[in-house]
Amino acid sequence: MQSFLDIFDIYFLEAVINGILLGGVLALLALGLNLIFGVIDVTWICYAELVMIGMYGMYYLVQYFGLPYWAAAPLVILLVALLGAALHFLVIAPLLTAPPINQLLATGGVLFILQSFATVAFGIDFKNLGIRLPVLSLGDMNFSYARLLSFAAALLGMIGVYLFLTRTFTGTAIRAIAQDRQIMPLMGVDPKRLYLITSAIGGGLAGLAACLLVLQYDVHPFVGLSFGPITFLICVLGGLGNFIGGFIAAFVFAEIISLGGLFSDLEWGYVLAFGFFIVMMFIRPAGLLARRS
Amino acid sequence: MSRQVKAWIVALIALVALPFVHSDPYHLHLLVLILIWSFAYTSWSIMGRFGLVSLGHGGFLGIGAYVTALLWNDLGISPWLGIPLSMATAGVLALIVAYPCFRFRITGHYFVLVTLALSGIVLQVITATRDYTGGSLGYTPRRAGSSSIVALQFDDKVIWYLIALAVWLAGIVIWHWIDRSMIRHAMEAISEDEDAAAAAGVNVTAEKLKITLISALMTALAGALYCQYQMFISPDTVSGIAVSLQMVFAAIVGGVYVALGPTVGAIITILLAEVLRIGFGTKAVGWDNLVYGVLLVLFIIFLPKGILGSVIDWTKSPPKPPRGHEQETVPVARR
Repeated sequence: MQSFLDIFDIYFLEAVINGILLGGVLALLALGLNLIFGVIDVTWICYAELVMIGMYGMYYLVQYFGLPYWAAAPLVILLVALLGAALHFLVIAPLLTAPPINQLLATGGVLFILQSFATVAFGIDFKNLGIRLPVLSLGDMNFSYARLLSFAAALLGMIGVYLFLTRTFTGTAIRAIAQDRQIMPLMGVDPKRLYLITSAIGGGLAGLAACLLVLQYDVHPFVGLSFGPITFLICVLGGLGNFIGGFIAAFVFAEIISLGGLFSDLEWGYVLAFGFFIVMMFIRPAGLLARRS
Repeated sequence: MSRQVKAWIVALIALVALPFVHSDPYHLHLLVLILIWSFAYTSWSIMGRFGLVSLGHGGFLGIGAYVTALLWNDLGISPWLGIPLSMATAGVLALIVAYPCFRFRITGHYFVLVTLALSGIVLQVITATRDYTGGSLGYTPRRAGSSSIVALQFDDKVIWYLIALAVWLAGIVIWHWIDRSMIRHAMEAISEDEDAAAAAGVNVTAEKLKITLISALMTALAGALYCQYQMFISPDTVSGIAVSLQMVFAAIVGGVYVALGPTVGAIITILLAEVLRIGFGTKAVGWDNLVYGVLLVLFIIFLPKGILGSVIDWTKSPPKPPRGHEQETVPVARR
């Protein structure tokens, strides 16, 4: 009995820590979506598909062009950032005055486009980057370096965005326009330019997430569906546009999935997380950190 | 008006007579699929036309299909009883999720994302209970010999065509009934301004619940019919976010604000998929969705009323001023 408890505790601790590590990447994704929502007031339903394209980018750069991982990563971040800007320019900009639901559904169309583009261009088989990082053993617990690296890089990415938003002129303008869309243009700020920059940053964050996720998961055209929905739920749980709420919600969700998966199948972890989300929507409809009106 | 009724009657007689004149099994198969999916898209548009954009309908479809099939396979309950039970299950789930949503005024993006969680849950539950549902490998209702009325399994495609036609017609009738009832006026008022509607004496929560319940029950019926007809279901074809988006897409392309819009959407999407499949064979994998996606984006940008809605607008002159909720600025309450 005693030995059973010991093992249980270690697995439990391992699951908790793995949850935190997963939370880092989820928080990165949530930050990108929140940034776009907060500034442009649009939900990119296809956000996870941008990540998927980035993962394919990493795969081809590393496997076919033989680039080392560290050289391919910036290229992919740039590529997905351009993709984000293009998405804004081609799809969102013409719809800025349309009902919000239409913008959301249009990005749903982009989701179809990106998924089927990947199917047509890359095929439906699972592709693996082929980089195996060693596993860190800590006592009886095992953590893959891929997850540790992802966590660290995700944190760095978030700190970078935070510094950009608070320490640069453009960042300040972005925060200002998120607060008041009507007044900022009168202050001489060009909202179109800021929207494009924000979309590019959002895309860049998706690209960074792609570089990190490709270390842990195989890439296939529908990989976005496995973490896309969870990212939206995190953003809504944290309050759309609320960066800190999204950050906390990412870790809450990651822990639920990780611990749920410990006690049962991984799917039940997701079911728990989705159920938790629906219950939370009723308790705190405007997000974890919102004040009740 | 009477001319319209006459046109409907003539069209219906033609549709009923069709399988007896032209009984090519492949064409009938396409027609049955079109009718079943039209019914599903119509049931989505009953909610969607009032700005209640739900991505949870994939979940209702999945419940309709899986509950009916599981009851038949494991408990031997005939689909005649199983389908009402599956519809009731979907209805209860819809009420459990929708009531707090409407009570706490969860609208716009938030409503979309809560319903998205719902279809995610249904997909994951079906996959996770793989001991019963077969997981992602799919599920087949037990065969009851050749054709059986009790099991609602027919080899003859003509019978399926007539069943699907009847159900599709029922969907259109329900659409018209709602279009002419007080619910429509109440829902239009709600979609423009919930507070003003409430102040004018509309019971916002009750009206929204009614429309959601009708829509969910119909969607579950569509799922059950699809399962009975195809005799094979898998989580990816009847539940989840991709199916939900597919429903939204077809309804929007056809036109959400006219009765036959979703039907036109179903005809376009299914024919498109078939033409690409026949034209390109296995090379076409993905191409149909690529075309769908491009069309969806173009439609939302340039023709938000859908094909049929826009065609009707062009043919009718002078154009009727659009109803409030069809105009560009639908204020979506947000907190």
